[in-house]
Amino acid sequence: MDITSDIHSQHISRQFNHELEELKTHLMAMGGLVEKQVQDAVTALLEADSSLAERVINNDSAVNDMQIKIDDECTRVLARRQPAASDLRLVLAVTRAASDLERVGDEASKIARNAIELIESDSGSRGFVEVRVISEHVRRMMRDALTSFARLDTELALQVVEEDQKVDSEYQSAMRSLMTFMMEDARSISPVLGIMWILRALERVGDHTNNLAEYVVYLVKGLDIRHTDPDDLDEEVGDR
Amino acid sequence: MTVMQHTAHGSRALIDFSPQATSLEVRDFGLRYGDKTALSNLTLRVPRHRVTAFIGPSGCGKSTLLRALNRLHDLNETVTREGSIHLEGQDIHASSMVVAELRRRVGMVFQVPNPFPMSIYDNVAFGLRLQGHLPKRQVDDVVEWALQSAALWDEVKDRLRASAWSLSGGQQQRLVIARTLAVGPEVLLLDEPASALDPISSLKVEELIRNLKSTLTLVLVTHNMQQAARVSDYTAFLQDGELVEYGPTDTLFTNPRLARTENYITGRMA
Repeated sequence: MDITSDIHSQHISRQFNHELEELKTHLMAMGGLVEKQVQDAVTALLEADSSLAERVINNDSAVNDMQIKIDDECTRVLARRQPAASDLRLVLAVTRAASDLERVGDEASKIARNAIELIESDSGSRGFVEVRVISEHVRRMMRDALTSFARLDTELALQVVEEDQKVDSEYQSAMRSLMTFMMEDARSISPVLGIMWILRALERVGDHTNNLAEYVVYLVKGLDIRHTDPDDLDEEVGDR
Repeated sequence: MTVMQHTAHGSRALIDFSPQATSLEVRDFGLRYGDKTALSNLTLRVPRHRVTAFIGPSGCGKSTLLRALNRLHDLNETVTREGSIHLEGQDIHASSMVVAELRRRVGMVFQVPNPFPMSIYDNVAFGLRLQGHLPKRQVDDVVEWALQSAALWDEVKDRLRASAWSLSGGQQQRLVIARTLAVGPEVLLLDEPASALDPISSLKVEELIRNLKSTLTLVLVTHNMQQAARVSDYTAFLQDGELVEYGPTDTLFTNPRLARTENYITGRMA
């Protein structure tokens, strides 16, 4: 059966309701912070603001702390409540999602570190257009994935999965055009490599966001689509 | 075994085990105490050499159903029933079915261990002796085998002549299981077999249940959902005398089909 967004607040034990709500709230807070980290890292590059990039790098420990806190809470709920069915799926989905968000946080730091190098080498704005387009795309995906988690909205989650395929192809074509820059001008190799690392990190953010969306489908429908061919998704999920 | 999950509704929800894999089959079964309906229109198959758990709130009919499987309601004159129950294809209410033989084939273990006031050895030998005179050597062998099977032998082998009452609650429950095993049943019905036991003794009984299923069909009634999740292969959820959902335990506890099941196993308000 599909579950609805109020399902985790209907237990006879109010304390249990509260614990599950807290899990979701903390995951959303972590998602918000991570989303901002990605945004700040990209802004730092585009606006040549290395102090902002430093702040992103320093903030990563806050992201890590949130993951540990959420995992602790999940462990406690598992040990004390022995959750079943949708409650169990929520705990599993939250701990998996926290782990993907933590990885997104790492990618944001990676972007920030590359941004600092690029700013310091003062190498112009080659590839900035690609960074801007792809970063906006993955940030929209992140927002949608988090919203779909909060609302238990599988349709929105499946859209995120579809968007990730588009990001992957945007990434491929950006790589091809940057490659031609490097072939044309050997002096551009070092800065263009920096941009490539950043694009690579953004593409990874898209992959982790895609995972978040898959956990929403697992949570709502009890269906594990992690290794399902994207072309078969609608059919498989629609059947349930 | 082919297991197909039917998308049926209400009391007719069933898993379709092939007849060859079915030990007990309940067909359109209903039972009333006077004018109070305890079970209505229940159809399900219990697979052979598997553990099947019946769960549900108090008064849902799970114990009534379990008791019906070896005709424990026979002497209650207020009980009326409809439908039928089949053991290996044989109607258990047929005139050809001798109740004592049915209860030998379908043994029952209750919530509170009920050893007889006699020695450990005599408890286990009791049912055997009822079946006629056997050479002592043979009785000895069966008693040892039954106590081994009930995972009690090592604890009692040096004091078989001691009173059964000298055993702990958990040991008494395993003794009662040994007593039931001694007469060679095909099916073992367990009505809350561990609810009067401490957690460690419960785990021993659960371990025993797991081991017994290689040779026996087990049906377990329990209030303890974690216990049902731990030991059973299939779980049937009953509510208000109806079979709500019946499926593989793994599915029922991770992704039940119906909201009524979900609400019960996760402790939500109906």
